[in-house]
Amino acid sequence: MSVRLYVWQRVTAALMAPLVLMHVAVIFYAARKGMSAADILGRTRGSVLWASFYGAFVVAAAIHASIGIRNVLAEWSSMTERHAGLFVAIFGCCLLVLGLRAVAAVTLP
Amino acid sequence: MTQTIQVSLWRGRARGRYQVYEVPLRENQTVLDVVTFVQRTLDPTLAYRFACRVGMCGSCAMTVNGHPRWTCRTHVANVIRHGRLKIGPLENLPVIKDLATDMRPFFEKWQQAKGAFVPSRTRDDPIARIAPGGEPRRAADAAIECINCGICYAACDTVRWNAGYLGPAALNRAWSLLNDERDAANPERLKAVAASGGCHSCHSHQSCQEHCPQALNPTASIAGLKRASTLAWLKGELKA
Repeated sequence: MSVRLYVWQRVTAALMAPLVLMHVAVIFYAARKGMSAADILGRTRGSVLWASFYGAFVVAAAIHASIGIRNVLAEWSSMTERHAGLFVAIFGCCLLVLGLRAVAAVTLP
Repeated sequence: MTQTIQVSLWRGRARGRYQVYEVPLRENQTVLDVVTFVQRTLDPTLAYRFACRVGMCGSCAMTVNGHPRWTCRTHVANVIRHGRLKIGPLENLPVIKDLATDMRPFFEKWQQAKGAFVPSRTRDDPIARIAPGGEPRRAADAAIECINCGICYAACDTVRWNAGYLGPAALNRAWSLLNDERDAANPERLKAVAASGGCHSCHSHQSCQEHCPQALNPTASIAGLKRASTLAWLKGELKA
């Protein structure tokens, strides 16, 4: 792993740490309050805050996971670093599209 | 009746097998003594490498009962299990024959990491004054006693998984030179260790530290390199 990928992976990890805690707190809050799907969607739809929160989460997770999987493939499979890089570029794009699609589904008005 | 130990020694190259020998057990016997006994009295075709016999040259490292060790300073009494010793060549290096490995990849990576000192002064300049208590001097001191035995390289999982990884010894050397205030090659050295296969490939498993016979901590040196090269990258100092 080069210093560039190392920094990207650490920066995205640092970004995700508070986001994961917040996400877990939101799950506990919604479960304890007994909120229905309609209640949750009522709060998230049209919310720039929730769109930004989960949008940032998805982008950070797609970058972080892709770099990690690239390393695993390069070290534990017969793939070269270049091939592993190409594979995770596609994988990261899929994560990004799927994640942003989910964010759009719950935040677009 | 003389007590004996059963010694399994690797015979062959990459492909080969362990061959068992009976060797007399003696007091204060080292693993190198055992290998030497086999070569001199039982099987003169056995190939192995040693030089100083006192833990200075770093040439006698082998895998002993599953762990890389310097055999000249490893007492049989401390490593024998159920009266048996299993001795093979170092891991992660090509085998030349029997217990002798080809150390070229190890030293080539040492050079890739810019492990050679590049002076910033000529012999006509006054000798550089380095404060013994200075932080760089103390950091260099902590890493400088490496004897290049290759034990950390053989113990490293990342070396096993990633053929391009420079390895703990080369990176430890780069860290000691990075802290040498007399050296003039640090910008190139930082580029070399920040590239793919450099210090950022280390997973901090700490096998190098666990097995280093000199009690050095290459993981800490690599962590220092990670900090230094990350900072240099963020400042834009690593551009080609």
